[in-house]
Amino acid sequence: MKRRQFNKLLTGIAAGIGLGTALLSGQVAAEEPLKVGFVYVGPIGDHGWSYQHDQGRLAVEKHFGDKVKTTYVENVPEGADAERVIRNLAQSGHELIFTTSFGFMNPTVKVAKQYPKVKFEHATGYKLSKNLATYIGKTYEGRYVAGYVASQMTKSNKIGYIASFPIPEVVRDINAVQMALNKYNPDAELKIIWVNSWFDPGKEADAANAMMDQGVDVILQHTDSPAAMQAAERRGKFAVGQASDMSSFGPKAHLLSVIDDWAPHYIAETQKVMDGSWESSAMVEGMAEGAIVIPSFNEAIPADVSAKAQELIAGIKDGTVHPFAGPINNQAGELKVAEGEVLSWEELEKMNWYVEGVNGELPK
Amino acid sequence: MIKLEPRGQHSKLMAWLSPVLAGVLTLVSGATLFALLGQDPIEALHTLLILPVADLYGVSELFVKAAPILLCAIGLSVVFKAKVWNIGAEGQLLMGGLIGSACALQLIDAEGGWVLPVVLLSGMFGGALWAALAAWLKTHFNANEILTTIMLNYIALNLLIWAVHGPLKDPEGFNFPESAMFSDSALLPTLIEGTRVHYGMLFALLALVAVWVLLSRSFLGFQIKVLGLDARAARLAGFREKRLTWIALLISGALAGLAGVGEVTGPLGQLVPQISPGYGYAAIIVAFLGRLHPVGILLAGLLMALIYMGGEMAQINLGLPIALTGLFQGMLLFYLLACDVLINFRIRIPALAKPVAETIAIQEETAR
Repeated sequence: MKRRQFNKLLTGIAAGIGLGTALLSGQVAAEEPLKVGFVYVGPIGDHGWSYQHDQGRLAVEKHFGDKVKTTYVENVPEGADAERVIRNLAQSGHELIFTTSFGFMNPTVKVAKQYPKVKFEHATGYKLSKNLATYIGKTYEGRYVAGYVASQMTKSNKIGYIASFPIPEVVRDINAVQMALNKYNPDAELKIIWVNSWFDPGKEADAANAMMDQGVDVILQHTDSPAAMQAAERRGKFAVGQASDMSSFGPKAHLLSVIDDWAPHYIAETQKVMDGSWESSAMVEGMAEGAIVIPSFNEAIPADVSAKAQELIAGIKDGTVHPFAGPINNQAGELKVAEGEVLSWEELEKMNWYVEGVNGELPK
Repeated sequence: MIKLEPRGQHSKLMAWLSPVLAGVLTLVSGATLFALLGQDPIEALHTLLILPVADLYGVSELFVKAAPILLCAIGLSVVFKAKVWNIGAEGQLLMGGLIGSACALQLIDAEGGWVLPVVLLSGMFGGALWAALAAWLKTHFNANEILTTIMLNYIALNLLIWAVHGPLKDPEGFNFPESAMFSDSALLPTLIEGTRVHYGMLFALLALVAVWVLLSRSFLGFQIKVLGLDARAARLAGFREKRLTWIALLISGALAGLAGVGEVTGPLGQLVPQISPGYGYAAIIVAFLGRLHPVGILLAGLLMALIYMGGEMAQINLGLPIALTGLFQGMLLFYLLACDVLINFRIRIPALAKPVAETIAIQEETAR
């Protein structure tokens, strides 16, 4: 497989880089705190993606106390600046560096080559090397539960989905919702609007209002602002929060939030670097690892529905429930996954097709 | 009511001292601000302004950051001299990056010294094309170029996003919005081994000299300046206003396009959705801070780049939030503009206007 060859190549290059650069990364004496760096794409006050990562950083500080010193750089553009920021962190003695946005992938790869002793972890990417690992949350697990709740709460049988960009992560989550609809309410229709942004309150609110005008009464989103939640609250509809707990933005509208909790991952990885047991790998973590959390359900949800949702969560955790369990057809009706099988992570990782039931074409 | 009235004569000395004064005021206010926040003010200022360029790597990064801003700002100085308000350097930069990337991806298997020049020229063409749209709308329909160039910025951004999600997407990139990495023959060589400083900085310096020659030593430049100072006089003198508008906009667009293609073939090495964190807009500030003069633009561009980098340093070393560096940047701009205004104008408070000579003397003293 092409990708594997590429990874091997990268590993080779990283291992082959000379001692000259190794000297630059510096040795830190045992009693000094471990310096851990975080690079955020947004401001820590975005109440979404970067905010959640920063909550994870704070959890690391709380857990390890004096034994760590954390640093973050926020609002780092995903262009030419990222490489300098990551390099400066490596140069100033940070031994573990998390780069938390897809656009930081190639800059992280470049700096990881120059600092072979520093450990790097890149969120949501796919390039690995000896000192560069990747990590991503299985948001589709949470999205499946949200899809189930939405399928039971809709009265108009029209559910809206505000999507950002047609990358595998987003396509996967749309499919997870559709899988839940297919199973629990096949009459419900999913309406998707692409806003081509991760954070644009104006566009997200417009999309939410346009969908509610068409009769949608439950809105899910794969964008980071609470605008859709607020719009749903104003018009007496329901919405599902994304990335962070959005209940305060629409106390009545908020059905649940699918939260990325990075704290367990960041604590575990920091511990590994302290023990010297850190190794590069592609980590995928979901509800079982505590990386994806649904902390609360709206009281408006009937007891049997929330009980069933809890059951689904428990099933996903112990492996008896898989959102992508066969049989699965694609939009053309062709069988993609046979009965009794599930889609593997390798297939989910690069998913670029819709499951049966999704309306419209996937933007290419 | 407070009134601003023009001073009778301009002080040459003060015109030169104004940036220095603004710098000192910024340092003093900045130090006060940091002290109030419980930081050591000297250390904070050192981190913001010295540490980013304390070693060769830092200096090279300063050039990496400044190159696109400078290229855009130099181009803008030409149009602004003609009083053609091109706010579209951002869009022209993006189009330069987009067309240049499309060309580089077409030539991904090509080798040889001709590849890079072709890619760079196609980027300049992309920027010039985007400016040409604004020039055409202005000369044919008398459409206000401020509006058209701003709107074209958004069209350029959306074209870029479409291209990077569609036709230019890396076929092996898991559907993620970025192009394949360019081949080595389409990459700008670095100037210093082991750093990222590339030929873009050299282009910026060349452009500075070329624009200085154009505006100060050529008849064309003279015509552009006359057009800006007094369009009617230019017309009476027989200068062709439309032609000059076209030329100024094309130069500006081509340089912004070069900035864009320099980013994708330089530090990035591929097309990504975020080529520019607003270089085209920063360049407007830089052009005016530098008073549309090449030397001034060079200094202003480097200062702007330094402040950006200082903001990153302050976050890493001192844990200061980015908002604080934004505040620091804002203060610097505020003082620079305020000093400029107070050198050309004096404050008059009509209600207190009794002993005119006396108040003016006092106000002049406080203004200084």
